[in-house]
Amino acid sequence: MPEVIIVVTALIVLSVDLLFLRNQRTHLRFAVVASLASLGCVVGIFRILQAPEQTNALNGMFLANPLTHLLQIALLSLTIITVLLSVDSTFTEHVGEFVFLILLATTGMLFLVATQDLLIIFISLELLSLSLYVLTAFNKRDSRSSEAALKYFLFGSMSAAFLLYGFSLLYGLSNSTNLIQIASAIHGQSTSPLLAIAIITTVIGFGFKVAAVPFHFWAPDVYESANIPAVGFIASASKVASFFIFFQVMVVGFAGVEGSAVWRHLVHGWVPILAAIAALSMLLGNFVAITQSSVRRLLAYSAIAHAGYMLLALVAHTQQSLAALIYYILTYALATLGAFAVIGVVEKQTGNDHLSSFSGLSRRAPLLSACLFAFILSLAGIPPLAGFFGKFYLFLSALNATPGSNGLLWLVILAIAMSAVSLYYYLQLLKRAFVADPLADANDIHVPALTQAVVVLLAAATLLLGCAPNLLLRWILEAIAASSR
Amino acid sequence: MLAWTIYISFLGALALLLLPKASTTAARVLALLVAVAGFGIALNAFLTHRTGELITVARHPWIPALGIEYHLAADGISLCLILLTGIVAITGILFSWNIERRTKEFFAFYLLLIGSVYGVFLSYDLFLLFVFYEIVIIPKYFLIAIWGSTRREYGAMKLALYSFIGSAMVLIGLIAAYVVAGAKSMSLDALAGYPFPLHFQMFAFPLVFVGFAILAGLWPFHTWAPTGHVAAPTAASMLLAGVVMKLGAYGCLRVAMTLFPLGLSPWGFHVLGFGSWRDVFALLAIIGIVYGAMVALVQKDFKFVIGYSSVSHMGFILLGLMTLNQIGISGSVVQMFSHGILAGLLFAVVGRMVYDRTHTRELAALGPMNLNKAIPFAAVTFVLAGMASMGLPGFSGFVAELMILIGAWHAFPILAICTGLGIVVGVVYVWRAMQKAFFAEHALASSHSPLPPISIPERLGAVILLATSIAIGLYPQMLLKIITPALNSPLFEGIRKGGWN
Repeated sequence: MPEVIIVVTALIVLSVDLLFLRNQRTHLRFAVVASLASLGCVVGIFRILQAPEQTNALNGMFLANPLTHLLQIALLSLTIITVLLSVDSTFTEHVGEFVFLILLATTGMLFLVATQDLLIIFISLELLSLSLYVLTAFNKRDSRSSEAALKYFLFGSMSAAFLLYGFSLLYGLSNSTNLIQIASAIHGQSTSPLLAIAIITTVIGFGFKVAAVPFHFWAPDVYESANIPAVGFIASASKVASFFIFFQVMVVGFAGVEGSAVWRHLVHGWVPILAAIAALSMLLGNFVAITQSSVRRLLAYSAIAHAGYMLLALVAHTQQSLAALIYYILTYALATLGAFAVIGVVEKQTGNDHLSSFSGLSRRAPLLSACLFAFILSLAGIPPLAGFFGKFYLFLSALNATPGSNGLLWLVILAIAMSAVSLYYYLQLLKRAFVADPLADANDIHVPALTQAVVVLLAAATLLLGCAPNLLLRWILEAIAASSR
Repeated sequence: MLAWTIYISFLGALALLLLPKASTTAARVLALLVAVAGFGIALNAFLTHRTGELITVARHPWIPALGIEYHLAADGISLCLILLTGIVAITGILFSWNIERRTKEFFAFYLLLIGSVYGVFLSYDLFLLFVFYEIVIIPKYFLIAIWGSTRREYGAMKLALYSFIGSAMVLIGLIAAYVVAGAKSMSLDALAGYPFPLHFQMFAFPLVFVGFAILAGLWPFHTWAPTGHVAAPTAASMLLAGVVMKLGAYGCLRVAMTLFPLGLSPWGFHVLGFGSWRDVFALLAIIGIVYGAMVALVQKDFKFVIGYSSVSHMGFILLGLMTLNQIGISGSVVQMFSHGILAGLLFAVVGRMVYDRTHTRELAALGPMNLNKAIPFAAVTFVLAGMASMGLPGFSGFVAELMILIGAWHAFPILAICTGLGIVVGVVYVWRAMQKAFFAEHALASSHSPLPPISIPERLGAVILLATSIAIGLYPQMLLKIITPALNSPLFEGIRKGGWN
């Protein structure tokens, strides 16, 4: 199992750093530890590729099918990128512990995407969250980082409580922790008040994980204050895993009590709730992002807006929308990781992430800003970058969910209108980088070679997946088709 | 072969970025070579395909799961516009030979823009068309924001947001149409052949039409045009007025009207005298013609005069489309070509020949400079371009506007008369600008330092544009011969059925 490989890797990383590298320079320690961790992840990926097509252990507690394999490979790849990006960090001497926690979070995510059981979902979600809380607080010299971590922790543990409450109600209603059995037990009970509470608390719990309005308060602070690799990790890999399991829990576990969000034909169930959350997230995320002057906060609010778009896939809850969600979130993760890597480099040279620090970036670091160009425009949904096809496919699948009636058209119109708004603030950032002149005392920005290489790779992937979406899409569609058999 | 107009422009943009930092001249020459090559390919296609029927340029599966293809094709209408793009691209580079700051990047963005414009005109799959249509937004933002003049960041952002809102409307319409048609294909002819229900067309047509028409300067969504044109550097104004506004008009004709022809049919009731979307948009077009001309009449800034004149001339194109008869729509296409050439020329005179030398565009300040003596070439060019723009016989503008007026006379006699008012005012504002800028009576003895003479690239560019305009004016059949069969193709059958006469 890949999870075991990652746990073993994590322990090796910790002990190697503790036993042999204690007195070395931080950079060397990071280099050794990161290569070990990446190696472990690569081995994990190979293991997954060789694993049997379908397994189902302990009544859905541990699943393996092409879809979980795809997600696990994606998560491991994102982990590798995060680890490689952290090599040039200088904020901590606890190198082994840092990478250990990242791998532990990865383990949590690997379990999370490959299960159908409420217990495993909750435990792995907690493993993931607890690792992320500590990662957020890792820069212990910075009090803002601790403050953000505390906020994250308080909100997070509250939402975990909600989630657990919802799960226990579900168990009470269905006498099972397996999603499929729950669905068949609660089928047709859509008016039961207990079920309504279970739905609401579950939505709150996951809404927090994916930073949807009104459960988004932690996001701007964490994005603003935590160290860059951790933010990149929270914004990419953790989002991928959380969104996928959110989809699974709602669509599989609450099958039969969806309700409907069709305009003027609202039917109560979880779909209209999510439709409202999606609409609020898009509106608030985009409009508040306009007013931000810190680039990290700007990306935090844009992440909230993107969570709103992605919730459309849950509202549509079809196989096609699952494919669209996976495509969207993977390409979003690539672009976000890349953008945060660039921010990290700029921050290191200028000392802050204010918009003005990016002035004249295209003159100070041409290659880096060309990559930033690709990431930001991909987030804005401009072709030929991956984000465009992601949006196109997501909106299309939402409309296609109710083919006869165009019932979700109102949400799609809102989403497309909001992405027009988002272009404004994305262009504000690019305007700084490409239009504004560098400050008088600014010199060329030194970009570490490894970071540069990773960023270029990410930008190339963003461009490639935009020009040839079929490369990834075919894989996703095949995996979904094979897993639903 | 025709597909290489796109590829060569994109490759050229990439090659420019890889050039060493200091090689300014190399960048210009490379950009010019790429533009000439693109023009050569376009001209070759224009000369060889004289039947105007649809030719497939490239067709490969792209996203098979959604039925989306990489499908490039050209018919008479697109061939005309591709040729226009080639000409404007070359002259734009000639008129921006004096760009010294960040030259490489300037031409890289420029070629990126040109390549995507070729792409829009050649796309036959609507997804592909939309992709190219959106790519255009980004280079045009940066061309204006980095190398522009008056209020450049404001103008650039306004243009980018208007374009993006327009394309958002188009996107909604396209996705909805795709889903309603069974989510099988995004190909233009497959969707145009699908019988969309009437109520759907009634809502999708105005959405997509207005989405495209925002970029074509439809009143009251035209306000980006004057500010954008004024803020832009000369080459970008030329491209913007010359080809980018044509993208919008082309989209109206090629997408909105072919996909949803029933959207133009009568509502069955009247609101404020309007009986159909066709009436509404025809009236908006005429308001654009008259309003643009009137506002151009009172401008103090030379470039604003040209900016508003563009709004007025683009009104003719939209009016021609709404006539729904062959002569009106063909006239529209000829006007797209003609206005592309003339707007390019006018912006070149104002932005490059005059402003880059005098550093002012105030008509009142230009008068005393005695420009007709100082730069006679500019004065002569402006007089000729102005005459063409007024619609004097012998120039391309005459043919196009005449055809549109005849078409409009058949369709909306009363509105056609109002259009006449726009033409009269059109004569006056050109006259006024010409007189104030070049032939002011109170011209003082020139106390200014002598202005630099008009350079060779500028002369060359002006001659190319003027010659094209005169050639079309004298022999419009050159374009019409391939436009007419294109309009008679099955693609436009829907429009022909409703109201074609």
